[in-house]
Parts: sequence; C-alpha cells; structure tokens
Amino acid sequence: MTQRQITLIVNDRDHELWVAPSDTLLDVLHDGLGLADVRYGCGEGVCGTCTVLLDGEPVSGCLILAVQAAGRQVTTLRGLMGPGEELHPLQECFLRRGAAQCGFCTPGMMLTALDLVRRSVSQGRGRPSRDEIRYALVGNLCRCTGYTKILDAIEEYADQ
Amino acid sequence: MTTRDLQPRTEPYRIVGTSPAHHDFVDKVKGSLLYAADWQLPGMLHGRVVRSPVPSARITGLDVTAARARPGVAAVLTAADVPNNQIVELASGGLAELQVTMPVLAAGRVRYTGEPVAVVAAATQQMADEAAELIAVDYDELPGVFDPESARADGAPRVHDVGNTLVSWQIRSGDVAGALAAADVVVEGEYRTQHVEHAYLEPEAGVGWVENGVLTLRVSTQVIEHAAMIAHILGLSQSKVRVIAAYMGGGFGGKEDMTVEPYLALLAWHTRRPVRMIWDRQESLLASTKRHPFVMRYRTGADQDGTITAQQVEILGDAGAYPNLSPRVLFAAAACACGPYRVPNASITSTAVFTNNVPSSAFRGFGAMQVVLGYESQLDLLAGRLGLSRTELRERNFLAKGDLLPTGERLDTCVEVAQTMHRALGMLGAPPRPSGPGKLTGRGIGCNRHPYGRTIWFRDRASAWLSLQADGTLLIRSGVTDLGAGQAASLCQIAAEVLGAPLDDISIYIGDSALNPPAGGTFATRQLYMSGNAVLHAARELRERIAPVAADLLGVPADDLDWAGGHVRAEAGGPGITLAELAAACDRRAVSTAHLSTWRAEAGSFDPRTGQGDTFPDYTYGTHAADVEVDTETGQVTVLRYAACHDVGRAINPMRVQGQIQGGAVQGLGYALTEDMAIEDGYAQAALFADYLIPNAQDFPDVLVDIVESGEGKGPLGARGIGEPPIGNVAATIASAIHDAIGVRPDRLPMTPERILALLDGRHP
Repeated sequence: MTQRQITLIVNDRDHELWVAPSDTLLDVLHDGLGLADVRYGCGEGVCGTCTVLLDGEPVSGCLILAVQAAGRQVTTLRGLMGPGEELHPLQECFLRRGAAQCGFCTPGMMLTALDLVRRSVSQGRGRPSRDEIRYALVGNLCRCTGYTKILDAIEEYADQ
Repeated sequence: MTTRDLQPRTEPYRIVGTSPAHHDFVDKVKGSLLYAADWQLPGMLHGRVVRSPVPSARITGLDVTAARARPGVAAVLTAADVPNNQIVELASGGLAELQVTMPVLAAGRVRYTGEPVAVVAAATQQMADEAAELIAVDYDELPGVFDPESARADGAPRVHDVGNTLVSWQIRSGDVAGALAAADVVVEGEYRTQHVEHAYLEPEAGVGWVENGVLTLRVSTQVIEHAAMIAHILGLSQSKVRVIAAYMGGGFGGKEDMTVEPYLALLAWHTRRPVRMIWDRQESLLASTKRHPFVMRYRTGADQDGTITAQQVEILGDAGAYPNLSPRVLFAAAACACGPYRVPNASITSTAVFTNNVPSSAFRGFGAMQVVLGYESQLDLLAGRLGLSRTELRERNFLAKGDLLPTGERLDTCVEVAQTMHRALGMLGAPPRPSGPGKLTGRGIGCNRHPYGRTIWFRDRASAWLSLQADGTLLIRSGVTDLGAGQAASLCQIAAEVLGAPLDDISIYIGDSALNPPAGGTFATRQLYMSGNAVLHAARELRERIAPVAADLLGVPADDLDWAGGHVRAEAGGPGITLAELAAACDRRAVSTAHLSTWRAEAGSFDPRTGQGDTFPDYTYGTHAADVEVDTETGQVTVLRYAACHDVGRAINPMRVQGQIQGGAVQGLGYALTEDMAIEDGYAQAALFADYLIPNAQDFPDVLVDIVESGEGKGPLGARGIGEPPIGNVAATIASAIHDAIGVRPDRLPMTPERILALLDGRHP
C-alpha cells in the first residue's frame, strides 16, 4: 500500500514517519514509536486503553488514522512526566491510593481524568465532583479495581 | 474517604501489614510496564488464527495454496503440520472424567464457532489477515447441541464419540431422602447462570522466537508450566521450550489455559523467525473460554427452629466443546455446594456436559462462585418460610472449626463468617427509603465459603530461590506469574519481613520456566498460600544459615538478632552490621547466601465412588451486604450501597486486599446484573466489546470494605487467599436485596430489567 510521510508531534517531539493510509494512530504510536503506554484493548473505541490527548482532547487512538493526526499535538501518559521520569502529581495520587492493579487501563484513565480536571478548573467550575469524575470515566473501562480507588486518586488530585 | 481507613497495626510485623507502593505499581502509573504485546524483535512476523465460522461441521476441503502464494506470507499451517495435534487436559488428574483430546488445529471436524483451523504468519498484520481470508475451507455442517440439558437427552448429537457427559461427581453423606421426608420444612429452587466473558482489558498476546535451538514464548499467561505441553505438541524435549510470563493486563482464569501459545510456537518453530500474535478483542469474545453456565436444583430441609437437616443439590454445567478445566470446576462446585453451613445429610451431584458452545473453563470463582446463588437463595427462602430473620437463620447453621463437611473432612481452622456478616451489615447504616413512587428498596446479604489452593489430591508444591547479593540487596526468583494483583510484590514483603532487607533493595524475577524455580501457576487463589509459604520458608531457612555468622561477629546468640532496615543488630536499635557486611563475612567463611526452598501443601485423596475424602486445604469466608432500589415501572435495579467483609487471616498488604475485594465485588455486580455472553445455536450474540456490558465507573457505588484478620489461615503468617472469594457473594447478595424489595426471588442471571419486570408481573422469566 502506498505510504505517506507525515509529521507527528508526540510528547513535544517531532517525528517524521512513513505511514499507510489505513494505519491507526494507535498502530503508529505503539508499534512505530514504541510507546507502550498506548495500548490496544478493543479496536472499537469502547475500552479507553489507547486514550491519548490530541491537541489536549482525549481521543481513542484506535479510532483515528495516523494521517488525521499529522501536524497535531499528541500527548501520551509518558509525556506528562518531568525530566528524569519525575512523576506527575496525578501519578503520585494513583500510586498512593493503590489505583492500579493490572495497570493496563491506567494510562488512559489518567489522561481522561487529567483532561476533566483541567477543563473543570479552566471553565471556572472548580474541582469536579465524584459523580462528574464517574461520568467522565465511562469510556475508560477497568476490570480489576472496581473503580473505587481510581476515583479516590482522582479526587485527591483534584483537591490539590 | 470511601474506604474504611486502614487500621494501625499492633502485630510484631514491620513490613507485612503495610501497603507500600511496590515496583509494579510504579511502572504501572508511569505506563512503562511492558506487557506481552509490547515486545518487538527484528524481522518479527505477525500471526493470525483462522477460525471456524460454524459450530459443528465436518471439514471436507481445506485449500491453503492461494494464502501461501501471497506476498509477505511466511507460513500457513494446518492440522497436517502439527507434530502432535493433541492437547490432553485431564483436569482432575484422570480421577473421574472422560479422556477427550482437543486438537491444536481442527482435523476434519469442528465443534464450536471459533475453533482454530489454520494459522498464518506474514510480514505485517495486514498481510497475515489478508492471507487468512484466502484460505478456503469447506464445511459440511452437522447437527449440534447447545445446552447441557438437551445434550444429556437420548439421541442428542454427540459432541465427542465417547459421549456428552464429561464427568459427574457425587458427594454423599448421611440419609438425605430420610432427612428430607422428616424435615419440618423443605424449600426448593432452581437457579440458572449464564456464560460470562473474562474481559480482561489486555487481549491474549505474545511473542515467540527460536534461539540456540530453544523455543521461547513471552506471553500473557497465568501458567508457564504449559511449556511441557507446548514441547509435546512440537515433539521437542521439555528443556527446549521456555515460557516467560509477562505481567498480565488481567487474567481472571482466562489465561490459565493456553491461549496464543501453541499457535505462536508452531509459527516460530516452523519459520525460525520471531512471531507476534495478538488476538483481536472480537476474536477474544468469540473464541476465548467462558465462565460455565450452571443449572442448579436445590432441595433444603430444616427443623422448625431453623436447623438445616438435609440438602440435595444437582448441578449441571455447560462445558462447551472440549474438556479444558471443566472437571475441576464442577468438582469445586460440588465441594462447595452447601456453603458455610452445617448440612448433616447431603447429596450433591455435579455434572459437566459437552455442547457445541465455546469451551467453558476457569474464571475467578471456578464453580465455587456459581453455587453461592443456590445455597444463599435457599437460606433466604427458608428464613421466609420459618419467619426467622435471614441473619438469625444463618447464625443457627454456620460452620465452626471442628465441624464436618459433606465430604467427611473436618474443618481445622476458624470460621469467622458470622463476624463478617455483622460487619458487612454494619457498614451499610440505616436502610434507605424509596426515592419516589413506583420505587421499592431492599437489603440483601450473601455469605460464602471459598477454597484457596489447589484440589488436595494434586499434592501441590511451590519453590522459591533467594539470594543475598554481595552488596546486601536481595534477589528472589520464583516461577510465579503476576495477574496484576500484586502476586510478586507480596512475596517481596514477606522476604523483607524475615530478612530485614528494605523493599527497595529487593528485586524479584518471576514467570520464567527455564530460569526460575516452579511455582505452579497463578490460579485457584493459590499463590499467596503456596509461593508465600515457599518464600517465607526460604527466607527463614536462609536466615538460619547466615545468622550464626552475624551472631559471631556481633557476639550475641543468633536467636537474639534483630533483622531490619538492611541491618542485622544485636538488639533493636543497637550496634549492628549491614546485610552487605554480612554477605561479605559469609563469603569469607564459605557460607552460601543463596537458598532454594520447596513448600508442599498438605496431601490427601478423594474417592469419586463414595464421594468422600479430601478436597481443598482451607477456605476463605466472607459476607457482602447491599441496598438496592427497584424501579417497578422499568425493572431497573439500582445498587445504592455495597459493603463487603472477608476474613483474610492476615492482610500482607491491606491496600491490595481492599483492591481485590472491591474489584471482585464489581466484577460480581456485572455478573449479577448486566453481563451475558449469550450464545444462540452456537453463535455468540455479542460480536463487539460494545455489545458486552462490563461495569463502568458510573454503574455501581463505591464498595465499602472491612477485613477480619483471624490469623488462622494456612498461608504465610496465617493469611488466607482473597483473589477469588470476593466475586462469589455478589449475585446472591443482589438477589437477596431484590427479593427483600419486591418479595419475589430472582433465580436467573443476569437480573436484567426484563426479568425483574417479569417477576413483578408474576411471570417466570
């Protein structure tokens, strides 16, 4: 299949890539750039394990073609960390609250939560309520934790 | 706080009983943990399994010419290419089941929709998928059988030539017929459960390669011991196959049987190139194993004062098309069918039947969870009939240490189920009021007795190897696989407790069949029990060996030494040496600082003819309690509050214990209310993940957790297993609450709005 050259801006770095028109953003991030924090879970946009921020908005990497993301800012969980892999405060909260078990849903969960807290604060609504957090997370499934500790962690972050 | 604050500890432990964020947590929140699909090797091919589109057929033609000729295709393999095309499971060790083999790739006959027929490897996933489409298979469809009751009927189509009844277990004690005839009251019920999907977020995946004549698979698996079966399939010696288990993105029993392993093995061995295989989610829904649907018929007799005198139980489980672990699942169901209650006269029959459905196999709870709906429903019905409260009736019948089970075994550890019941109910607070007209509220409870550890006749064992390194850090090697529940991390805590090495100074190497001592797979809630004991004993034995060296250096008796904080001291807070100094001293004196230990579970035997003998080493007891609101207009059930309490013996890591209980409860809520992997005439009705409703963050309330620590488990330091037990109580608890709200007992899962409406209308759904 004819490949196209695109530029992807991932975690503040430019990547020149040759991609097939049918390659999803997930394919390119996971297999092309080796970003293991963006994961295949269902390919239907249902589970949220491939969540990334595209120009700051959470999207499912399995539902977006790589060519559609050309020239746009892509942020994965690893892009939140400081130099020397310094943890983001939200990651610290997840750690403290035991909000991961198998860890497979964790990156997508955190990116969605981060977007919610940012939007809520920037729109002057203050910290989101526990119910608002629940609502925001419906597209990020977790099969291990039962969500309680995830909600605890996000609330703790939102309180900061 | 939504979860009860962890209570301060008074035990003489420093590390055990705390909840540190361990190595795996850190990697998980960074997103840096590499799961099975995250490895890529140079020249790696991509695999695809070709599966049967029909549930029962003869294969009359199979043409792979066009697929093999396709550019980029490295291999197209069929049954003819498999050296030993037979997987022999014998899940109960051949004690009572039919011996039926499962082909790796179908040879002339398919028995369920999704059965593997061929396997392809190509340069890219797309090429492999396109080549798979070019394989021409001619199916001559045969009549199938799709539910276990039909499969037992005379003249039913045979799934296998030897017959459709895979196994039928009998447990008998006392005189049930006489006791039922003499009982003041007898209650009867029939309960039906559904196929359920594991729905781990990480689909089945792995990478395989050949190096120095050894086939290595790095896969998402609960059981690296499958290396022996893979060697058998390829006709290799067992020393030539190595299985590495990546940290799993969930398993719940669904990665206890082999998944991608035999296909990766065939392709990598045949092509001599690295191969990756990731099952699509839709493929996983279609073809991965499921939880057994059960039909359970209960008759329970009791005296007027509520004392249970007899129980007759018949269980029928849909095994699907191949044996997998069904014999053992139905055995666990039989052994646990009477729950945490004294039943002096019992007759239990538990039968696994072949159908042309996708195979059922291990799923968290493993037969012992389906029966909770049966025995707890019976208890509630009995309470209603006798006019006793549900708690009073239970307390009259709870098992106690020293009591006999229907198998003739005597319970030799404490039973704190009453305490868990009162604590669970206590967490709920005052009963809620209906939120409006047409709404009814109710409160339910569900108690359970869930085994941990393998069936006793397997004479289970686990090994662990510890080494104090020259710099004073500690290395643990264990064949344990990690499902995400902290299996590896809790072993570190136990070793740290004994040897005083700080957690940051401990590295654990797990899940490698060639390099680590065997731990026996992560299933049956056995790893804390088995590998926890193995590490505890290895650490104690290593300490006993090196303690005299420290004692000599410090001039005190070895028994007086204090091991903590990376030091060995003459007394707590006193002068001491570092573990590095101790390692150096041991080296000078030729005292080895490495130690291998094997821990063996208690042994016993079970007689399938008499239905008497040893079953499981011990049990975890617990109770869940819930408040629900039922909308009588729509049948919708809303869970308002949910509380769970289990006796875990001793919490090695209380936060992880809470997490297990919360996660198990929510998985159980999905099972109770929404999840149904319905299969109609052999075809799965959920083709997409969007069609299969696992709980999301909005569906259910927070799960309140309390923990009893009786200290009487058979795990390390008195711990009991908690992996599976907390999923068991849920469906019974919700059914109990709905019963309380609407006055009618739901007896069929999931308890969907349609079924609740039918109950409200007086119709049986």
